[in-house]
Amino acid sequence: MAKVHVTTTVNGDEYEFLCEPQQTLVDVLRNELELTGTKEGCSTGDCGACSVTLDGRLVCSCLVLAVECEGKEINTIEGMAQGEQLHPLQRNFLEINGLQCGICTPGILVAAKSLLEKNPDPTETEIRYWLAGNLCRCTGYDKIIRSVQAAAAEMRKG
Amino acid sequence: MATILEESGFNPEKELKIVGTNPVKHDGLDKVTGRANFGADFFLPGMLYGKVLRSPHAHANIKSIDTSKAEALPGVKAVITRDDLPDIPAGTPGGDMTRNALAREKALYDGHPVAAVAATSEAIAKRALKLIEVDYEVLPHVIDPREAMQPGAPILHDYMRTNGDPDAPDEPTNVTEKMVVETGDVGSGFDAADEVIEMEFDSKPMHQGYIEPQGCVANYSEDGQIDLWCCTQAPFVYRDRLSGMLKVDAAKINVQQSELGGGFGGKTGFYAEPLAIVLSKKASRPVKIVLTRNEVFRGTGPVSGTWSRIKMGCTKDGRITAAEAELVFQSGPYTGSMYFNAPNAMFTRYDLENIHVTAFEVVSNRPKVNSFRAPCVPQIVFGVEGVIDLLAKKIGMDPIDFRLKNAAKEGHTTIYGDTWGPIGFIETLEAAKTCDHYTSPKGDGVGRGIAAGFWFNRGGETSATLQLAPDGTVTIAIGTADVAGSRISIAMMAAEELQIPVDKVRVHMADTNSLGFNRVTAGSRTTYSVGMVVVDSSRQVIKELCRRAAGIWDVPEDGVVFEEGEIRPASSNVGDFEPMSISDICKKTTMSHGPICARSDMNVTGAGPGFGLHISDVKVDEGTGRVDVLRYTVVEDAGKAIHPQQVEGQYQGGAVQGIGWALNEEYVYGEDGRLQNAGFLDYRMPVASDVPMIDTVIVEVPNPKHPFGLRGVGEVPVTPTMACVGNAIGDAIGVRPTSLPMSPPKILEIIEQRDAGK
Repeated sequence: MAKVHVTTTVNGDEYEFLCEPQQTLVDVLRNELELTGTKEGCSTGDCGACSVTLDGRLVCSCLVLAVECEGKEINTIEGMAQGEQLHPLQRNFLEINGLQCGICTPGILVAAKSLLEKNPDPTETEIRYWLAGNLCRCTGYDKIIRSVQAAAAEMRKG
Repeated sequence: MATILEESGFNPEKELKIVGTNPVKHDGLDKVTGRANFGADFFLPGMLYGKVLRSPHAHANIKSIDTSKAEALPGVKAVITRDDLPDIPAGTPGGDMTRNALAREKALYDGHPVAAVAATSEAIAKRALKLIEVDYEVLPHVIDPREAMQPGAPILHDYMRTNGDPDAPDEPTNVTEKMVVETGDVGSGFDAADEVIEMEFDSKPMHQGYIEPQGCVANYSEDGQIDLWCCTQAPFVYRDRLSGMLKVDAAKINVQQSELGGGFGGKTGFYAEPLAIVLSKKASRPVKIVLTRNEVFRGTGPVSGTWSRIKMGCTKDGRITAAEAELVFQSGPYTGSMYFNAPNAMFTRYDLENIHVTAFEVVSNRPKVNSFRAPCVPQIVFGVEGVIDLLAKKIGMDPIDFRLKNAAKEGHTTIYGDTWGPIGFIETLEAAKTCDHYTSPKGDGVGRGIAAGFWFNRGGETSATLQLAPDGTVTIAIGTADVAGSRISIAMMAAEELQIPVDKVRVHMADTNSLGFNRVTAGSRTTYSVGMVVVDSSRQVIKELCRRAAGIWDVPEDGVVFEEGEIRPASSNVGDFEPMSISDICKKTTMSHGPICARSDMNVTGAGPGFGLHISDVKVDEGTGRVDVLRYTVVEDAGKAIHPQQVEGQYQGGAVQGIGWALNEEYVYGEDGRLQNAGFLDYRMPVASDVPMIDTVIVEVPNPKHPFGLRGVGEVPVTPTMACVGNAIGDAIGVRPTSLPMSPPKILEIIEQRDAGK
C-alpha cells in the first residue's frame, strides 16, 4: 500500500514524513523522526510511557495513528526544556529523585505538565488520579507525587 | 584474588562530607529530557527487524516446521528454527537455554518461541510469521505445581529424575529437586510448645513488571565477532552463556548494556538476544528485536507460584520452640527458580533451635521463572509472618515484642552456616515500635498489620577501573547494571575517598570487552560490591599521587600524606612544600610520568544481612472485598545510607510491588493452558491512585566490613510486604487470608465463610 504524506508540527518544528496508514504515532516518532524520548511499554494504552500531547490534549501515542496527525501540533518530552532551561517539573524530578530507572519518566513528565496546565494547584488525590494512566514500577509513586507537588508550588509562585 | 578490603577503614567517628547527602544523580538529566538510550533506542545502519513466532499451546510435540512460504516473502532476509541453534543435550544448563530460546522437541508453554524472522520492516516480519506452518501434536498440560507432582500428571521431560531424593523411584517425574534444611529436633521443640499453629498457604506467579520490554540489536560479522546492544542486568553473564550456547569464544562477543528500564531480576537471563544473533548471522545484517508486552508476559520470567505448609510453636511467654515447613515451587518448564533461597531465608532473622524444612522444585507448562527481588522468599514469608502473628495473638503479646523476644543478634549462626557480625534486626524492631505510624491510633474500621523480612545480601565477582584525567577529574568504568541509581552512589563513594566534589567523578557502564567478569546485578550486591572495588581503586591512585609528589619534592615516599584532598608533606621535618591537589599532580605528571589509573577485581564477600519491619493500615470493603491500603511504613536497616533518597526509593518501590502482589497481581490460565491476562489492563499492577505515600525509617547499623558500613537495600523491602498486608486484612476482618493475591473474590469468600460460621 502506498505510504501517506503527513505534515505536522513537533515541538514547534515543522516535520514531514511518509507513513503506512496503520503506523502508530509512537512508531513514527521513534522510528521515522528518531525522537526516541517517547517510550513504548505496552502498545495498548495501559502504561502511559508513550504520552504526548496532540493539539494540547494528552494522548497515548500508541493509540493514535500517525495519519491522524496531519496539520496537528505534537509535543513530546524532547520539547519540554527550553534550551538549557529545564521545566520546573524536570528540575523537581531530579532534585526529589522522582525517577529511578527513568523509562516511565518522559511519559509521566508530559502527563504532569498537561495536568498543571489545566489545574495549577492539584491535590495529592487529583495528581494520583491524573497519573493513574502512567505506570511506574520502581518508585512506588511517592517521590513522583512529591515532585509534581513541588513543581506546582514553584510554578504558582511564578 | 582479594575478597574484601584488608582494612575497610570503616570508622563510625569519621566525618563524611559526601556519603549521606542527596546529590542529583548524573544519569538523571538524560532521563528527564528523553535523551537516555534504553534497549529499544539503539539503531544501526542497514538494520533488520526481528519477530518471534510463539507456541499457542501449553504443551505440544513439534512434528514439523515449514518456513518456505515465509522465506519467499519479499523483504524477509532470514528465518530461523530449532535447526539453527546448536543441539545441546536436554537437561543440561546449555540444553535448557537453547530450548527455552527456541523450542526443539516440544513446545512447553503458551508463548514458547518456535521460530523467528528478520525482515526489512517490522510489518513484513509480522506478515512472515503468519506464513510459517508448524505441525503441532497437542499434549495434556499441567500448570499447578501440586498437580504436577501427582502420579499420572502429564510429564514434561522423560529424562527428569528428582535430584536430592534417593528414595524417589527411577521413573520420569516433574519434581526437579528436593531439599531438606534442618537443625535441632522439631519433635521435642513442638513438645515444649504451649501453642502450636499449622496452616497452608499458596501464591500465584506474578511478573516483575518492568515497564521497558526487552530490546536488543545484534550484529554478527563474518569473522565470528558478535556485538550485542541490549538492556540487561547481566552483560557478562549474557556474554558467557551466549558463548556456551552458540559455541563462540567469549572474546568474540561484546555486550554493551543500555540504560535499563526496570529489571527487578527479570533481566538476569536472556530471551530474544540469541535469536537476534543467529538471525544476524544468517542475514549478514544487524537485527533488532524488541518484545511486545504480550510477549513479555507470555514468554519472559514470572516468579514461582508456591504452595506451603507452615507449622510453628511457642511457649506462653513468647519463645518460639520449633518451626517446620513443606514448600513447593513452580519453576516453569526447566529448573532454575532459585527456590533454595526460601528454606534458608524463611525463618532466618529469628534465633530458633529447632527447624525442619522440606522443599520441592517442580516443572510445569508455563514460562521459565526468573528472579524477582529476593527470589522465592516473599511468597513464603507471607505464610511465616502470618503464623508468627497469630501465635503472638494467641498468647496475648504485642507482635513487635514477640519478634523482639525471638530476634537474632550479633553472633547468631544461621541455618546455612554463617555466623553474623553486627546486625540491625533488633534496632529495626525498636525503631518500628516507636515510629509515628505504630504509635498512632489506627482509626475506626481499620486493620493494622506488621511483618518482618530478611535478605542475605550478596557480594560476588566485581571488576571496575578508575582513571584520573590530566585535569584531575575522575572517570570510573563499571560492569554492573544501574537498576535505579547506583552510579551516583558509586561516584559518591569514590569522591568521599578522594575527597573531591562528586561532580568531578563520572561513572559509566562499560562493555564486556573492557573489564573483568562482573556477576549479575541482583541480590542487593551492586552498591556494596562495586563500592568496595572503587574504594580500593581510589586508594591505589592516592598511593600513586603520593609517590609522584615525593618525586616532585625529592623526598622519601613515606614523607608524603594525603589529607583533606591534598597531598602534603607528612611533617615539617620532611620539608617546606606547598600542598598539592589531585589535579595539580595530574597536570604536572600525566604527560611526563604516564596516566594515573587503577583497577580492582575482587570476588567480594562480607555483605551484611538486611532486615526490615513493615507496618500497614488497610480498610476492607466487606461488600465488594476490595482492600485499600491507607497508610504504609517501611523500617529497614541500610547499614549506612550512601544516598538516602535512593535508599528511600528502594524501600518505597519494593513495598508497592509487594502491595501489587498482595492484592492483585497473578497469572491467570485458562483450561487450555493459555495465559488469559497478558497485558497491563488485565494484569493489574498498582497505579498512582491505588497507593498512599510510603513512609520510611532508615535504620543504620553499619557493616564494618565496608568502608562506609553499607548493606544492600534492594531485596528486603519486598520480603515482608504481602505478609504485612495479609496481617492487616486479618486484623480488619478477623480471618487471616492464606492465598495470594488477596483479591476481592477471595476476600469476599473469606467473609462469607466467616459469616456462615465455618
